[in-house]
Amino acid sequence: MENTNNIEKTDKKEEASTHKIGIYLWIWTLLFVLSFFSYMVDWYQFQGMLRWSLILFFMFLKAGLIMAFFMHLFWERYALVNVLLWPMTAIACFIFLMAAEFQYTLFSRLFYFVVGGGA
Amino acid sequence: MSEPKIDGFELKPGFKGMASDTASDQTMFKGVHWGKAMMWIFLLSDTFVFSCFLISYMKGRGSTPVEWPNPSEVFALEAFGVPVPLLLIALMTFVLITSSGTMAIAVKYGYEKNRKMCGWLLLATALGGLTFVGMQAYEWSKLIHEGVRPWENPFGAAQFGSFFFMITGFHGFHVSIGVIFLFIYTYKVFAGHYEKGKRGWFTKLKGDYVEIEILGLYWHFVDLVWVFIFAFFYLW
Repeated sequence: MENTNNIEKTDKKEEASTHKIGIYLWIWTLLFVLSFFSYMVDWYQFQGMLRWSLILFFMFLKAGLIMAFFMHLFWERYALVNVLLWPMTAIACFIFLMAAEFQYTLFSRLFYFVVGGGA
Repeated sequence: MSEPKIDGFELKPGFKGMASDTASDQTMFKGVHWGKAMMWIFLLSDTFVFSCFLISYMKGRGSTPVEWPNPSEVFALEAFGVPVPLLLIALMTFVLITSSGTMAIAVKYGYEKNRKMCGWLLLATALGGLTFVGMQAYEWSKLIHEGVRPWENPFGAAQFGSFFFMITGFHGFHVSIGVIFLFIYTYKVFAGHYEKGKRGWFTKLKGDYVEIEILGLYWHFVDLVWVFIFAFFYLW
């Protein structure tokens, strides 16, 4: 009798540690809405800076929601969160390096193949 | 979710907690299942793989003087006789987000030991993933029929095909692997392996519903990568 009581107690405790279903449904709805908005960016054919900033804004918002709530990073300890997020700065550095590189490659191609070189 | 309490160790919140966790004995990720920590580290390395693909796509697209094919025309689909831009891609995004939501709720029911709900939601997630792979196969065959190859295409810059097939192919491969594991875990949950205490994957230790969360991390990551591919490859 004592044993079964104990099991019931631990079961209840574990249930209390999960999150309410509402938060998942909210995030789910938000993801649908944000995806719809980013599709609308293409539908209305926004161009230039407006298009790119909107695409990036919706993209980062969706990625953040998925990581924070669906992947539970919002509730994890900082030791794990920081180990996972800081390496992303290396990717940002790589993007800047390669952006400089493609501009140089494009310049070289236009200069030597289209213009015909400096001679 | 990590354990909120650990015997014999005071879990401090915030950056103080990070310092004391990192400086402490035995484990750095306090209360985090080892399988979950390993999955996170795998996903981190996978993030770098996909980043390299997308960055090489940026470099390829930025450095060609030839005009890049317009994605909203290339990926348009006829619906009721009218070409709708990115219709199939929008549907694929919808399907993948749907399956991500069912996965998140399956993890929740798993932790609550609600075996049936967890199993059905896992099955729904697997079917969503299968639908996604099917739609991608359709998209690939449509483009191949239109003459898109890794080395040439009728729409514009020749690099388009190689980046398209490599990036979406690698993502589709991840989805396919995820679908296989989702079906395996659907079976494991319905068969009650976690109630009977059968051994888990790659270990002699007993399996537990934390495995569903680990599988969920992988599945959400696949959705996460799609968010970036959708933004950079299809919308940009």
